[in-house]
Amino acid sequence: MAKRNLVEAINSGLIVEMERDSRVVVLGEDVGKEGGVFRVTDGLQVKFGLNRVFDTPLAESGIIGVSIGMAVKGLRPVAEIQFEGFLHLSMNQIMNHAARIRNRSRGRFTCPLVIRSPWGGGIHAPEHHSDSPEALFAHTPGLKVVIPSTPYDAKGLIISAIRDPDPVLFFEPKRLYRAIREEVPDGEYTVPIGKAKLVREGKDVTAITWGAMVREVLRAAEAADKEGVKVEVIDLRSISPMDDETFLESVRKTGRAVVVHEAPPTCGVGAEVIARINEKALFSLQGPVVRVTGFDTIVPLTKLESHYLPSPERILAGIRKVMTF
Amino acid sequence: MIEKFDPLKGEMLRILHPDGRFEEALDPGLNDATVQTLYRDMVVIRTADQRALTLQRQGRFGTYAPLIGQEAAQVGSAHALQKGDWVFPSFRETGVLYMMRAPLSGLFVYWMGNEAGQKVPEDVNVFPVSVPVGTHPLHAVGAAWAARLQGEKICTVAYFGDGGTSEGDFHEAMNFAGVFQTPTIFFSQNNQYAISVPRKKQTASKTLAQKAVAYGFPGIQVDGNDLFAVYAATKEARERAVSGQGPTFIEAVTYRFGPHTTADDPTKYREDAEVEEWKKLDPMLRLQKYLQGKGLWNEEIEAKIKAEAEKIVNQVVQDAEAVPPPDPREMFSFTFAELTTRLKEQMDDYLTYLKEKEK
Repeated sequence: MAKRNLVEAINSGLIVEMERDSRVVVLGEDVGKEGGVFRVTDGLQVKFGLNRVFDTPLAESGIIGVSIGMAVKGLRPVAEIQFEGFLHLSMNQIMNHAARIRNRSRGRFTCPLVIRSPWGGGIHAPEHHSDSPEALFAHTPGLKVVIPSTPYDAKGLIISAIRDPDPVLFFEPKRLYRAIREEVPDGEYTVPIGKAKLVREGKDVTAITWGAMVREVLRAAEAADKEGVKVEVIDLRSISPMDDETFLESVRKTGRAVVVHEAPPTCGVGAEVIARINEKALFSLQGPVVRVTGFDTIVPLTKLESHYLPSPERILAGIRKVMTF
Repeated sequence: MIEKFDPLKGEMLRILHPDGRFEEALDPGLNDATVQTLYRDMVVIRTADQRALTLQRQGRFGTYAPLIGQEAAQVGSAHALQKGDWVFPSFRETGVLYMMRAPLSGLFVYWMGNEAGQKVPEDVNVFPVSVPVGTHPLHAVGAAWAARLQGEKICTVAYFGDGGTSEGDFHEAMNFAGVFQTPTIFFSQNNQYAISVPRKKQTASKTLAQKAVAYGFPGIQVDGNDLFAVYAATKEARERAVSGQGPTFIEAVTYRFGPHTTADDPTKYREDAEVEEWKKLDPMLRLQKYLQGKGLWNEEIEAKIKAEAEKIVNQVVQDAEAVPPPDPREMFSFTFAELTTRLKEQMDDYLTYLKEKEK
């Protein structure tokens, strides 16, 4: 057991799976010699050789397209897209092919592919490097979407993603890459895809969130404590499939909910969370569910970024709003 | 041989000329019995293709993309492949699929509107039909790469048209294949039109084949209506692939006699006179003349071959139409390996709704 940050935890998960399963290959821009721009694949090429860890030409659609061919032919590719803003260049391959091959061939062919991509804001990055496009992908049938918020979960989820028989989009909150260190076992273990985690217990209001916002919500929850409001915090971890039972159970208990995410609110994943609360726990609610999110704007560059991203203060304001209805 | 036909100089491989002349020096060694078999395959394919059109007009088939005119390009190339090779088709590859032993009835089931038709048997190495134009050559490159890592000496073939070469993914696929020297054949049937847009408006390149030069591997233009030329080029491209010499691009120059699909009216964008000119180059006519010269074809033989083809296609239609409509559960069951809770809920709700509706 060693203390690891998110980068080291994912790296450890990749090593575990590459040692266990010779079908696992890693490809993408700068993942080989450089070890990835965030160093998530650091040391893998030296350890596993040029045949299993390779740099590709700079072409996102190409990376996903060839990964699909590899996956269907029996490998277990883990493709890196360097930043989430560049995923859009491979959208056709992800939505039109990877997510549909099982259905299109009625199960004759499958596409066990993992797409890793840094995700979210908070690191003062250029344009296209701070987005949270999870809703776009969660809206795609046949694709799974996960977003870990801790090193332990990150390792367990990357291992589950590699073992999953279907394509998984694995988003890595770049703001947390080196922000948290915790005990992460050296060997193999899994965290199931499709299972949310109760991060903090509370009786007054349920906060549902994921990714880098988990930490911000926990900070807001501590502040709320001082005001006598006990916040229960749920880390969704899997955006698709979504574990609604965990947050529904909590909402049935607290009667109030706030959803917190970085992405724009309109048609965001928060909207889906609220729809499910309305469908299945409406009569437990004592007031409308509040969303604390980014805005329906382009994520701003550095100077305005802190205005865009929900802060503990803004989340606390949201908690107060839901409590005072 | 491939290197000898430089697309930048406008050189095109042709072995059996429209007038019947045969380039003995380039003979790829197809014996008479094989040519007869391949001709019969071409007749079956054309018969199936034209039957699909008829069925569509009768409302028994969905939208269909006919291949009539491209039989030599499809049969010649697929015949050059060997066991273990993988094919990545677009939506106009009825002939290739037939040659790869994918049951035609399955393809008919698919075009009749049932995905189950794309569940090819385990020993058939054909990817499902890819509808987004020019995006599947990448899959062929990835599969070829995988095969190399898996130690298999096989090649993968991506089939696409002239329009497909304008897509960005075509560039990325060619580029990846060149960089990684994958055992891949890019087989483009240049049938002169992408729906209504003529080949000249797809690219300012004089040939499609010359595009390969920029990616660092050979490209060859062949007469796509010449079974021998198509076979010879593909056979050599395959040898290059499995012996570690990397990818090859083949441009088979041919013509789509029919519409783009059953939803299209080609008289809006091309002259009948042009179609008639190309019909003189019909790959079937050329082979008939060739076989006739050897005393292996006459009207009587043709009638027999056609009757046999009709019988085969009748059976295909019968088999396809005998497949019962799929259960609505199938819509849900193949989204993931296992139904998610949410999908199961949606499915159960819908089945309950159906049950109540029946009452």
